[in-house]
Amino acid sequence: MTHEETIRITALATGYTGKRHVKRVSEQLSGAIRSGELTCLLGSNGAGKSTLLRTLSAFLPPLGGEISLLGKPLESYSARALSTVIGVVLTERVALQNMSVEELVGMGRSPYTGFWGRLSEADRTQVSKALALVGIEPLRRRMVQTLSDGERQKVMIAKALAQETPIIFLDEPTAFLDYPSKVEILHLLHRLSHEAGKTVFLSTHDLELALQIADRIWLMDRGGSVHIGTPEELTEDGSLERFFSLPEEEKRIKIHFDLNKK
Amino acid sequence: MKRRSPVTGMVLLLVSILVFFFLNLLLGSVSIPAGQVWKALWGGAADNPIWGNIVLKSRLPQALTALVAGAGLSVAGLQMQTVFRNPLAGPSVLGVSSGASLGVAFVVLLSGRIGGIALSRLGVMGEVAMTLAAIVGALAIMALIVYVAQKVRGNVTLLIIGVMIGYVATAIIGVLKFFSAEEDVRAYVVWGLGSFARVSGGQVTTFAILMAILLPLSFLLVKTLNLMLLGDGYARNLGLNVRRSRIAVITCAGILVAVVTAYCGPISFLGLAVPHLCRAIFRTSDHRILMPASLLAGASLALFCNLIARMPGFEGALPVNSVTALIGAPVVAVVLFRKRKEEIQE
Repeated sequence: MTHEETIRITALATGYTGKRHVKRVSEQLSGAIRSGELTCLLGSNGAGKSTLLRTLSAFLPPLGGEISLLGKPLESYSARALSTVIGVVLTERVALQNMSVEELVGMGRSPYTGFWGRLSEADRTQVSKALALVGIEPLRRRMVQTLSDGERQKVMIAKALAQETPIIFLDEPTAFLDYPSKVEILHLLHRLSHEAGKTVFLSTHDLELALQIADRIWLMDRGGSVHIGTPEELTEDGSLERFFSLPEEEKRIKIHFDLNKK
Repeated sequence: MKRRSPVTGMVLLLVSILVFFFLNLLLGSVSIPAGQVWKALWGGAADNPIWGNIVLKSRLPQALTALVAGAGLSVAGLQMQTVFRNPLAGPSVLGVSSGASLGVAFVVLLSGRIGGIALSRLGVMGEVAMTLAAIVGALAIMALIVYVAQKVRGNVTLLIIGVMIGYVATAIIGVLKFFSAEEDVRAYVVWGLGSFARVSGGQVTTFAILMAILLPLSFLLVKTLNLMLLGDGYARNLGLNVRRSRIAVITCAGILVAVVTAYCGPISFLGLAVPHLCRAIFRTSDHRILMPASLLAGASLALFCNLIARMPGFEGALPVNSVTALIGAPVVAVVLFRKRKEEIQE
């Protein structure tokens, strides 16, 4: 599988623009994300992980710097074109009733369907392929509201796959899951990036899992700067340790808090 | 969980519309044989000319009004519930019907003071003036809402602003009432009760034609509405311009409500209840099914309510709004209870 650079950011500044003031979250972010790899974005709450992902997905305008997608600047894409390049899985839980898994995954085909959103034979094949890749064919006819959180997350991943985008962004896909499901989801994403050659970029709080499974790690600290490397590199050059150089006591409290959040 | 085929459901709804429509022509304070009703309907002269008059000039316009009004309100309700992702949203939620009421209140209550004549004495002219006032009022409020929708980002904010506008309109109406003559207040209150019977023969044609143009237009938004179900983030990622779509849906629903309210007065409940009913019957959230289903079910339910309101003994005195709520509320409650049970069993 080729490992091409699909996303490059240069001196990127992210944040929110209000009516009167601008809230800058991170500045001077630079780095590249490659296809065929699973890249994990790690950082404490408030470091700006979601803001970065939102900026990369073009939900938020960048406050400075450049984002290049597949060699072209992000702003040169129309909303329509972008929907065939980036697929997202968001933290927000979709409150859907009376929609089957198949239909929800089929929504991923929207950029390709016509005026009424009718799925063609080819679209249905893509949906089946996406369901098979994620391994949720047995859920096909289940209603979305009857699924567990882990199953739901897989359905949303299948939706992103059906969208047939070379790039997939996931905002904390493991946040509400139990440990086995977390492992399963991350392995699934690892497999997808390697087998399908997708560029998978996700944010997570599950440090140990990310270090074990990810090909590349982006470490984001509160100052808004980012360290990039393979898990081995980051461990060896001590940036991981520096990054988590909290006193032992504080770390335990954080872990406790994280557990409670579930 | 099995789903029924949508085709069967649609056909059943269609049949129920035909049955209720004919019953609407058949039943009333004057009893007319079914054969005579049929004959009058197809242009034949009934044995008794009065019968023909009753069927064609009174019952037919009323049934037609109920049919299109029910369809319009239900489609608008479905659109509102989806765009706000709120099950309690209905056609009246953005204050559009309050806007119509405000328009009517201005005309009815102020004409007495300024023109020196009570509008209630003007007859047909008064009716037309009221309809126009309602449309102007409703569209004015809708323009305001669309303007606000461009400014605010959140759906909830928009919803709250809509409800607030409704309150302000109601408050202004209250003030107007306080300064008005008693008979004008009465005329306004009667309008506020809602009725399918007020639309006369000539007006019903205009009303039906307007709705026949507007209803198909709302079908153009089905893909947009389906994407909106996923929430703003996902919808946007799938290529939808969320802000523009929101305005398109609100405008469409708003105009539907404005027109219906102008002709029938504020009809409550149908628009809120029918989409829920359809979701429960068809067990889907796909607007390609829900849209026609809401249209048909709304028409059918409105005809049924009109029938009850006209039952012998009530003599047309029963306000439609009371009937829609009396029938609608238990129906929605039962449907929701059943759904809860099914979910537990699953």
